[in-house]
Amino acid sequence: MQKIYLHASLFFLTILSSFGQTTQPDSTSFKSRKLKVEEINFVSSYYTQEGNNSAVTGGIGTEKLTDVATSFDITMTKGDAQSRLHSFSLEVGFDHYTSASSDQIDPTTISSASAADNRIYPSLSWAMQDDVKGFSVGAGVSVSTEYDYLSKGVNVNFAKSSKDRNREVGFSVSAFLDAFNMIYPIELRTLQTPAGLIENPDARGTKPRNSFNGSVSLAQIINKRLQASVMLEGVYQSGQLATPYQRVYFKDNSVHVEKLPDTRLKVPVGVRLNYFATDRIVLKTFYRFYLDDWGIMAHTAEIELPYKLTPFFSVAPFYRFYTQSSADYFAPYGVHTGQNEFYTSDYDLSDFNSHLLGVNLRYNSATGILGISKLNTIELRYDHYTRDTGLVANAIALAVTIK
Amino acid sequence: MIDKSKIRGVLFLIFALSSFSSCQAVKEYNKMYLNDAEMVLNARKVQKTELNFLLYREGASGANGGKTGGGCGCN
Repeated sequence: MQKIYLHASLFFLTILSSFGQTTQPDSTSFKSRKLKVEEINFVSSYYTQEGNNSAVTGGIGTEKLTDVATSFDITMTKGDAQSRLHSFSLEVGFDHYTSASSDQIDPTTISSASAADNRIYPSLSWAMQDDVKGFSVGAGVSVSTEYDYLSKGVNVNFAKSSKDRNREVGFSVSAFLDAFNMIYPIELRTLQTPAGLIENPDARGTKPRNSFNGSVSLAQIINKRLQASVMLEGVYQSGQLATPYQRVYFKDNSVHVEKLPDTRLKVPVGVRLNYFATDRIVLKTFYRFYLDDWGIMAHTAEIELPYKLTPFFSVAPFYRFYTQSSADYFAPYGVHTGQNEFYTSDYDLSDFNSHLLGVNLRYNSATGILGISKLNTIELRYDHYTRDTGLVANAIALAVTIK
Repeated sequence: MIDKSKIRGVLFLIFALSSFSSCQAVKEYNKMYLNDAEMVLNARKVQKTELNFLLYREGASGANGGKTGGGCGCN
């Protein structure tokens, strides 16, 4: 894995150094028929969490987890005969994570396969923007693969602007066709029968998990300093929605694998309002209402206050409050009984409040940073997350944009 | 099952917001503040990790620029 990171970093540095050479600005970029590099992004992050409600061990036990994620994306553009701009993007991401709870799927081994794993997720997308007719259309495909999970995604989107370019309505649909390897906790991979121990037929092969999403959004300029957007999404999921290696301990001390309905309907609606309050302060707010048919109702409220120390450098503290009700199927360790049709002890589906605090530092210059003319933006973001179930997480992310 | 009155409330909220009756028509040359990088309405690249871990650690997702389906999120 370190080799992959090393190669990825060298690839990024090679691209970066090539941009160090000064080039003449291309004033005809939009109409150019030649394919040219428009933007390259590099994002790297480190995430760590601690808690004592692991779902793998039935709602008790360590949730310690670390994740190192790195992604690169490159966007190339090309004009056509009708002065439309075509964008082609390629993104490749790598995650490496270690999970103490996943190590308990089979605690008899020194370290089970899922205790540390890598995820690789390439994606390709195309978009076409027609400024004359005021619309854009795009499509993309993606793949994500890790030890026990494969996800294949496809999406299509369309957006139409008003004549005065003050309003935009967007539509998007996507589908993810996933396959989940049925890895059961070690003690549930066999069944006791009168004839003796037999292999559990549910604990092998793969099962599908499919997600179909549709969204409609509206972005509106309200005045010279204020703009807003509203987004409504509908998500329908079907298939293996429970995680097969998450244990549930019943009142009678018997152990089972998590069992959840094989469909889920989610309806989130979000409203965003951004206000350029003074020449130095921007006020960014977000509210989301969420409802699903598993019994979860949630509210999310966010505020971010970018303060421009200079026209190029801003510091943005932010705070996010989140509250959710419990899913109908959640109960802690040792509470479920055989009467329950569905059961989980996954605290991500419990009743809780959470707080996210952090700061975002952003340096942006059209003329270059650190003497590299095309180095456009450097951004650093730190998150501190607490949940009243006891889970605490910290994350730091670095994003670099080359234009 | 999802309460129909709540769905109606959400749809009403969207309708009310979509009317934006007091909006001013802002010309392109007056969009200096609106075009500032801090004013973008979409999630930025640096927020990718944040959106991912919130998706996995919370029951709710979507309508914020992050993913709503696909992937395991089981760790």
